[in-house]
Amino acid sequence: MAKSHVKRVVLDILKPHIPNALEFAQRLAQVGEDYHVSLTVLEIDEATQTIQIEVTGDSINFEALQLTINEMGGSLHSIDVVEVSSQPTSDTQHQP
Amino acid sequence: MNLLNESRELLHLARAHGIARRYFVVNGFDGALTMLGLIIGFLLSPPTSLSLMLNACLGAAIALGMSGISSAYISEVAERKLALSKLEESMIKDLQDSAHGRAAKWVPFIIAVVNGAAPLFVSLCIISPLWLANAGISLFVQPLYLAVILAFLLIFMLGVFLGRIADISWVHSGIQTVVIALTTTALIYIFTG
Repeated sequence: MAKSHVKRVVLDILKPHIPNALEFAQRLAQVGEDYHVSLTVLEIDEATQTIQIEVTGDSINFEALQLTINEMGGSLHSIDVVEVSSQPTSDTQHQP
Repeated sequence: MNLLNESRELLHLARAHGIARRYFVVNGFDGALTMLGLIIGFLLSPPTSLSLMLNACLGAAIALGMSGISSAYISEVAERKLALSKLEESMIKDLQDSAHGRAAKWVPFIIAVVNGAAPLFVSLCIISPLWLANAGISLFVQPLYLAVILAFLLIFMLGVFLGRIADISWVHSGIQTVVIALTTTALIYIFTG
């Protein structure tokens, strides 16, 4: 069976003002070695911000991303976009 | 991550660097003026034993340290708890396991240590000549006068530190704090001399 890799996710997150957008995006980018993070602030309230995060990478570790979001006090509201690609395993590659 | 980095990060997250710095200066100044007052008081009083003066100053220094630790801890815990519960209300989420929860728990402790250590450290520096003389080490100036010089020097340095924070003339800021110390000395002379 082919192995799947998450290449891109777009997440809707509610987060406190601190850490700010720059620090938040930097911390998420540090989760993986080749992650590219794009953050958009959608709404600002008195104590919170609603943000949209787009993470792209060769193989995104979603659990690690979610842990980091929780660690920074954020709350994942929804997964809006997911891009996954499959890669044939060595067994499937050698099948006739 | 080592303890120092973790503390720095929690202070940054709680935006408490300024508070810790303010507490350090305010309480360091408290310690310096208290020791200056005690020493001027001893200079104006009939001669007494060095160990008595040292014990009185050490007692005041320890009390200042304890007062700094306990007062800052109690007030900071209350403030941080309130801020965290307000944030939890806004987030509709328990934040105890997040960095915000850790900051609410540890920042009061860090600030309390700064608040208590500043007057204790400054006081111990000022009374060090008394301690050295009591240990039998001969000094080039009388220990009480050397303690007064040290007190003025530390007060000037606290002023310089404040000046650098505020990005104003450090000489002006240093002189300003020395003038406060001189006024304190003059008041002690007027009321006790």
